[in-house]
Amino acid sequence: MVEEENIRVVRCGGSELNFRRAVFSADSKYIFCVSGDFVKVYSTVTEECVHILHGHRNLVTGIQLNPNNHLQLYSSSLDGTIKLWDYIDGILIKTFTVGCKLHALFTVAQAEDSVFAIVNKEKPDIFQLVSVKLPKSSSQEVEAKELSFVLDYINQSPKCIAFGNEGVYVAAVREFYLSVYFFKKKTTSRFTLSSSRNKKHAKNNFTCVACHPTEDCIASGHMDGKIRLWRNFYDDKKYTYTCLHWHHDMVMDLAFSVTGTSLLSGGRESVLVEWRDATEKNKEFLPRLGATIEHISVSPAGDLFCTSHSDNKIIIIHRNLEASAVIQGLVKDRSIFTGLMIDPRTKALVLNGKPGHLQFYSLQSDKQLYNLDIIQQEYINDYGLIQIELTKAAFGCFGNWLATVEQRQEKETELELQMKLWMYNKKTQGFILNTKINMPHEDCITALCFCNAEKSEQPTLVTASKDGYFKVWILTDDSDIYKKAVGWTCDFVGSYHKYQATNCCFSEDGSLLAVSFEEIVTIWDSITWELKCTFCQRAGKIRHLCFGRLTCSKYLLGATENGILCCWNLLSCALEWNAKLNVRVMEPDPNSENIAAISQSSVGSDLFVFKPSEPRPLYIQKGISREEVQWGVFVPRDVPESFTSEAYQWLNRSQFYFLTKSQSLLTFSTKSPEEKLTPTSKQLLAEESLPTTPFYFILGKHRQLQDEKLNETLENELVQLPLTENIPAVSELLHTPAHVLPSAAFLCSMFVNSLLLSKETKSAKEIPEDVDMEEEKESEDSDEENDFIEKVQDTNNTGLGEDIIHQLSKSEEKELRKFRKIDYSWIAAL
Amino acid sequence: MAGYKPVAIQTYPILGEKITQDTLYWNNYKTPVQIKEFGAVSKVDFSPQPPYNYAVTASSRIHIYGRYSQEPIKTFSRFKDTAYCATFRQDGRLLVAGSEDGGVQLFDISGRAPLRQFEGHTKAVHTVDFTADKYHVVSGADDYTVKLWDIPNSKEILTFKEHSDYVRCGCASKLNPDLFITGSYDHTVKMFDARTNTSVLSVEHGQPVESVLLFPSGGLLVSAGGRYVKVWDMLKGGQLLVSLKNHHKTVTCLCLSSSGQRLLSGSLDRKVKVYSTTAYKVVHSFDYAASILSLALAHEDETIVVGMTNGILSVKHRKSEAKKESLPRRRRPAYRTFIKGKNYMKQRDDILINRPAKKHLELYDRDLKHFRISKALDRVLDPTCTIKTPEITVSIIKELNRRGVLANALAGRDEKEISHVLNFLIRHLSQPRFAPVLINAAEIIIDIYLPVIGQSPVVDKKFLLLQGLVEKEIDYQRELLETLGMMDMLFATMRRKEGTSVLEHTSDGFPENKKIES
Repeated sequence: MVEEENIRVVRCGGSELNFRRAVFSADSKYIFCVSGDFVKVYSTVTEECVHILHGHRNLVTGIQLNPNNHLQLYSSSLDGTIKLWDYIDGILIKTFTVGCKLHALFTVAQAEDSVFAIVNKEKPDIFQLVSVKLPKSSSQEVEAKELSFVLDYINQSPKCIAFGNEGVYVAAVREFYLSVYFFKKKTTSRFTLSSSRNKKHAKNNFTCVACHPTEDCIASGHMDGKIRLWRNFYDDKKYTYTCLHWHHDMVMDLAFSVTGTSLLSGGRESVLVEWRDATEKNKEFLPRLGATIEHISVSPAGDLFCTSHSDNKIIIIHRNLEASAVIQGLVKDRSIFTGLMIDPRTKALVLNGKPGHLQFYSLQSDKQLYNLDIIQQEYINDYGLIQIELTKAAFGCFGNWLATVEQRQEKETELELQMKLWMYNKKTQGFILNTKINMPHEDCITALCFCNAEKSEQPTLVTASKDGYFKVWILTDDSDIYKKAVGWTCDFVGSYHKYQATNCCFSEDGSLLAVSFEEIVTIWDSITWELKCTFCQRAGKIRHLCFGRLTCSKYLLGATENGILCCWNLLSCALEWNAKLNVRVMEPDPNSENIAAISQSSVGSDLFVFKPSEPRPLYIQKGISREEVQWGVFVPRDVPESFTSEAYQWLNRSQFYFLTKSQSLLTFSTKSPEEKLTPTSKQLLAEESLPTTPFYFILGKHRQLQDEKLNETLENELVQLPLTENIPAVSELLHTPAHVLPSAAFLCSMFVNSLLLSKETKSAKEIPEDVDMEEEKESEDSDEENDFIEKVQDTNNTGLGEDIIHQLSKSEEKELRKFRKIDYSWIAAL
Repeated sequence: MAGYKPVAIQTYPILGEKITQDTLYWNNYKTPVQIKEFGAVSKVDFSPQPPYNYAVTASSRIHIYGRYSQEPIKTFSRFKDTAYCATFRQDGRLLVAGSEDGGVQLFDISGRAPLRQFEGHTKAVHTVDFTADKYHVVSGADDYTVKLWDIPNSKEILTFKEHSDYVRCGCASKLNPDLFITGSYDHTVKMFDARTNTSVLSVEHGQPVESVLLFPSGGLLVSAGGRYVKVWDMLKGGQLLVSLKNHHKTVTCLCLSSSGQRLLSGSLDRKVKVYSTTAYKVVHSFDYAASILSLALAHEDETIVVGMTNGILSVKHRKSEAKKESLPRRRRPAYRTFIKGKNYMKQRDDILINRPAKKHLELYDRDLKHFRISKALDRVLDPTCTIKTPEITVSIIKELNRRGVLANALAGRDEKEISHVLNFLIRHLSQPRFAPVLINAAEIIIDIYLPVIGQSPVVDKKFLLLQGLVEKEIDYQRELLETLGMMDMLFATMRRKEGTSVLEHTSDGFPENKKIES
């Protein structure tokens, strides 16, 4: 059924939420944030994403509430448009085409029909603040070319612009000066920090600015952690400033509360500081927010704050400095050491998350499920500190065990290494630390793998290390009469001529272990731990190693640093084939024999999918990404796809995800983004807009369907919509008061019968014209008989269903009728 | 967001014995009191009634000791030959003993001369016991017979001649007055019923039986003989439940702890082992100076008395509970503050909000939470902490290093404070588990205090000590490496030989190989 389309590389999930300040709705019920090309609407209470506003064709750079109508939202984008949205229904109202790249958006209540935007017109790095006049027009697409220039040479970041005291002036900061433009006088005053040339104060560049909502006061944040409060800036000579100093690192963002009584500031310390009455004494803290605070915003009602963090997280904070909700995207703050893994239980993507944590990220719902604290130590976010890094992790035994390796290396010789083994606890539905091994190896661990054979009686883990050894760890019974316990102990230590062990891999049935020692691959029997054979190709150090699966289990694949991909036959112990391919990522598909390899060249990365038995690849996609691909993983599909074309069959049972160096998570898909919209968000959309009446649950679904675009399958249901609704038995049943109804048992058969299609309609297929007549008659009937339902539809001012029916051409209707026959014949047969 | 995470204190595996509740319980005895007897102590028996005196049979005497007395409070010495198996009656007022000449004598605890003498055995009587009704005595002798005596008229009631070798141990059931058990050198343990005048049950132990024991319920029987301790289920007709082989010499005596949860066995290998009676695993073991012949536990396991072949009686008393009431108690809130609101029933619409559990933080953690790094370091460098729990000190130093503030925390100390740090370093620098962290700390200290060296003789001395320690350690490591090299060489030559022998074997066949071996 699926139409063959070209496979495209699609960015999936985990877009940045912290690119710009989040914006609260007027009633603080919703919070908006930019997310790639979309604007996301979250509920502040449930943390759930209620709408994704899509329409922009490039990165969304700014969002602001419409000051004249607080149920509308402006958004600006790099595609040169400003769009006006109805965020409650998720509808695009208007598009204003400006024509040049917009880097930020500001609205001011006093400037009625214009908004402010940051553009760069002439040179790439000179930015200007302009006011854009939005013409009043009823059409959806409006040209807004009337730009008037406000300020020049400003910083690109919207944090460096602030409108103050009901739009009387605008303050902008850049490097060492603050400029204030007064709209009435149309003059600019510029203040330079007196000591900016002084070496002692070399780090006092401006980083951000905020204006007091009612008074004439500007707060500016600085590189050295100071906050300066500027007053009397109407006069170039008499201006004053006071200093607030708590932050020891750069002030990332500032915000005044709605009343202006307190100032919020945040920075790398991950502490939200509330300065009361602009004095250094009265300050309150909300510490341990997890990561650098990038943005702070305040709700117009004044009851909530929110902080955006560098780890792609938005924390909604109650006025009394209590965190009330966390909206967490895929954490992308730091480098990924563990690679991409799939939790066999939840099918969630697992990778490095917050510092010292593993994040479990649901790909289906684009939502972080939970964080598992691995390192369990206080995280001090400071520049230049060497943190303990979670370097390796692996799942074993169908998700029952998780092994993690953490290390911290200050100097060459000082290595702290710890391996932890976590057991899944069914009762608490989480991982519990079982064994902690200090210094499992003398040097860094390069690979970690579990024996995942189905019939293995004892969980086995193998670690390979740079110290030249690989160690086999097994689960042993550690119980005594006091308690039952299991623990991991070392069972075997293997080495090969003191070469560094670089990779390890178990065969699918767990009978063989392959360990690569630099250029040499060794095969070990996993029962006796005897060295069975060695392979050496003298083609550079082995970078990746994996066994073939299913029918190809006799093959072993190795990719070397010199760009050679080798395939050995384990039965003949000889090289089967090799190919020149600079493999960066090699991942076997757990559900098939296929192996995906991503190669790296100077132009970009290419994907090759092949079976080990054949050197010719099944599928090649060139240029999947410009940058280096770091990790990849096959995710088993819940519902298998049915691509018939041979080239796409490898995507039938699993989906391939990969992560590039800039940490964008990409996948292959044939679907358009609209189709990919998750059903849950659609449901929420309907639930938000309909009043909850008893009929809501019956009608809600139909209405929701009506709202959809003309889509073949949906039309089908639309046509027979009147059928179910205007059956007299049903309407009678629903309209009669409950106390006069006969017993349900009596009504049941009647009700069910009425829902079934009668034989007459079925026989109508011989004379299509007649059916047309009947159909029309029926719909007319429905108008008369069932006006209640009509009313409901009218109040929701859709009426779309009707229109659609009338718009359909005859031929289309015939098509649809065919569908109906197909779909409903089975009911009659019951 | 998440609260402060306390510093992870590195735990190190404790070598040797694991600490369990059993080791704690059985180690909680004072150092043993040694009492010299005249000969090998063949039997120790506690009086079941307070004040829990115990009778010790050694050579031709029976001594009765009080609980804490080191001198016998009473002695029965009117035996012509060796006495055996002095046993108290259940009420603690009568004592019966066998002797080498075949006589069985009954004593009143307060008297001196025997109350009754039961004559009938022709050879040494090694085991005697009172039956559950208190009016009969069972005895077993080397003439292979087991006899039941009536106390009031000192007559023999029954004689069982079923054993085919010496009868050396026995015990009467505590519940049924007619049942008793004897173990013999013919490898069998037999249960006799006074009502039937034959044995009702016989189990084959496999070795000469040295000791038997019935559980208080009478359901389980324990027999010891050879190196084995065997447990038999009497209710299943004498089925072997478990066979324990934990001693490496003959097991001579058995004893149950007062709770019945633990079984103790003493052996000629000078060890007493404690078994759990549910899992039958050894949970603890005591060592003694000589081979153990007899063993007894006082009421509530207050005292362990062990008699040995060299005539030494070892008495261990339980340590008295620590006195907690010594400190004046702080005034606590009244009782009603604790029960306040406890009886409030949840209404339908009420939402229960649990108060967040307050996490207890150690003092050093509280300092670290507030970034008082020097104070935190001071706290863990306190002698009470460094001596008892050096791992905490090391963990804090490690944490400070991780935070990048170790140099700040170590700097600015006066003579006394720096000598604290140096003392700790001198004591623990050479320990391999602490070395990586402490060497780093030592380097930082040397860097910081290099300019002020020579100003304080105390600190200078400490620095010299540290230097000596490091030099010694380096020498030691060098020696170790040399040894390792030598061993490597030895191993290498051994492997070479092995390899050649295998080669010879494959090339020339069997006889050649033999030659090389010889």
